Amino acid sequence: MAVGRPKRKNPVLRTRQATLPPAGRSRVALGMLRGPARGGLELQTCADCGAVQYPPREMCGACLSDRLVWRPHDGAGELVVETTLRHAMELHFRERLPWRSGLVRLDGGPTVVAHVHADVPPAPARVTLTAALDRSGQAVLVAVPPGAPPDLTTDPKLAEMTCDPKGRKALVTDAKSETGQAMVRALVDAGAEIVWAGVAAPWIRMPGFDAVAALPQVTVVPLDVTDGRSVDTLAAEIGHKVDLIVNTADHHRTHGLFGERGVETAATEMEVNYTGLLRLARAFGPVMRARAMDGPKGAAAWVNVLSVFALSGWPAQATWAASKAAAHALTLTMRAELQPAGVRVVGVYPGPVDEPWNQQVLPPKLSPAALASAVVAALRGTVEEVYPGDVAQDWLARLRADPKALEREMAR
Amino acid sequence: MTGPLDPASPDPVLAFAAALASGRVAVVDLTQTLSPDFPTIVLPPELGQSRPFRMEEVSRYDARGPAWYWNSFSCGEHTGTHFDAPVHWITGRERQNGATDTIPPADFVAPACVIDCSAEAAADADFLLTRPFLEAWEARHGRIPPRSWVLMRTDWSKRTDPVAYQNMDEEGTHTPGPDEGAVLFLLKERDVLGFGTETIGTDAGQASHFRPPYPCHHHMHGAGRYGLQCLTNLDRLPPTGALIVAAPLKILQGSGSPLRVLALVGR
Repeated sequence: MAVGRPKRKNPVLRTRQATLPPAGRSRVALGMLRGPARGGLELQTCADCGAVQYPPREMCGACLSDRLVWRPHDGAGELVVETTLRHAMELHFRERLPWRSGLVRLDGGPTVVAHVHADVPPAPARVTLTAALDRSGQAVLVAVPPGAPPDLTTDPKLAEMTCDPKGRKALVTDAKSETGQAMVRALVDAGAEIVWAGVAAPWIRMPGFDAVAALPQVTVVPLDVTDGRSVDTLAAEIGHKVDLIVNTADHHRTHGLFGERGVETAATEMEVNYTGLLRLARAFGPVMRARAMDGPKGAAAWVNVLSVFALSGWPAQATWAASKAAAHALTLTMRAELQPAGVRVVGVYPGPVDEPWNQQVLPPKLSPAALASAVVAALRGTVEEVYPGDVAQDWLARLRADPKALEREMAR
Repeated sequence: MTGPLDPASPDPVLAFAAALASGRVAVVDLTQTLSPDFPTIVLPPELGQSRPFRMEEVSRYDARGPAWYWNSFSCGEHTGTHFDAPVHWITGRERQNGATDTIPPADFVAPACVIDCSAEAAADADFLLTRPFLEAWEARHGRIPPRSWVLMRTDWSKRTDPVAYQNMDEEGTHTPGPDEGAVLFLLKERDVLGFGTETIGTDAGQASHFRPPYPCHHHMHGAGRYGLQCLTNLDRLPPTGALIVAAPLKILQGSGSPLRVLALVGR
């Protein structure tokens, strides 16, 4: 057996189908997604009396106010008691017994039931309560050791909530661009067993690509997302092996609404950024959906590299931003289709990336390497929305606070 | 008409049809297959780009159309084996009858002279066809007749790997073509109908650096003459005597079009 890769599945046994953790949540309980979808913990807090409550309810349990808001919480608390489940009626947990669970009393707040990370010492113990997305895409609470950022990949069972590239087989749809090259390298560095590097128009050589292609984990494959036959052919050849797809294919030009005659460039942006994604989704999505439990490292995640400007528009790059908005809308639908099968769909929303088409954009710009690192970090965690870099974080804060104000500001 | 075609018919078309039917005239296809994998011209990315050939299935005996199979396709006018009309170039923009819908149809059928540069192109990807080379060809095969195609055979079409076909490095494409002297000689002293190549352009790969840039496009289209690109099977044509049938699609004010190019060769 090669060093570093998980044991291969026994080909005479039926491929396991995904059993997912219970996904039922009340409407108000879906508010728990706010934190872990982007990374972090948010808890329901009463705007009148300040009480933090869990589980979420329609009214404050302390003062009966209905003015309840979601606030970030540092998760500091104590694991006061724990148990190890040895029997479960839920199929998901039945297949994973024994399962460690406990009660965490938050400092100054409620006591909650949480999964307990293997690295947490026996109760009583200080812990950090964090929120994660499980394979159903729902928020769950996890007690992790305090002091360091939560790392679920070091717990053999909780690691299933992540999409850790280590030992997985990944496809980068456009590996020639600067972002694509950085993405391939980051996946290799994260321990991916195979990275298929998609290449369109092979006669156009990009500086640096030969070195990426020469990495032992990398296999160059022809893939042009504008060509349905190319997409279908690759899906037929490797679709049943791909555990992670990172869609980096991007036609990026920098035209304002009135900055160019005709729609030819804009049509190509849509053809690559939206229709290309649609082709990929239809070719690779169904088989990924069937492979979420295919071996110890099954199909795990689909990542679309989008842009914060997909959410706000960008007059300076109007048509490109619109094409990214279309891809963002499709990303939401892909999540609706793939998440119920246990495959996470991650949207990545950087600000301007430091690549040739943004040469005239003022810093701060996100380097392709930083973008790729953020994608890997997202896969090693459980988030489904990533806003890498200062510009994206600032945009996110303003979008959540007042999208109308941001729209006006963008127009200036 | 009844009975077999008569090769001695006084009607030249019927006599020709008889020759065709008897196999004395071979039909050679000079056309590359229109496929998504066939490369299109590479221009600096900030410029407008030729759409590559793409095909989407409309139905294939399925719910989208139970008894029929058909596709939609899209491509630039200058994709695959294609025809360049005079209005393709700035120098030809004022030409009367210079677009695909207005070119006189008689121009779509014409004889061809095939200049074999295959050995030279194999030795030097940037090989340039010159006036002396043409004059040496004429010394062997006779004077190039007016209103005929001149086809530059390089065997470039045998490069079936698109990377080798494009032959790009950091300075762009390296493919053979004519120099300005050859183009001016063919136009002003031989009155040719047009110039055809096996590569993506009628000009050499490095012709954007020539003076003038793209001399074949510049002069040929300025004179109201035509171009054929991405031809194949030129090695199956005689130096003289082939008749070319090359009719572009009748696109309103089109600058060119993909087309089927046929050569009729007597034997």
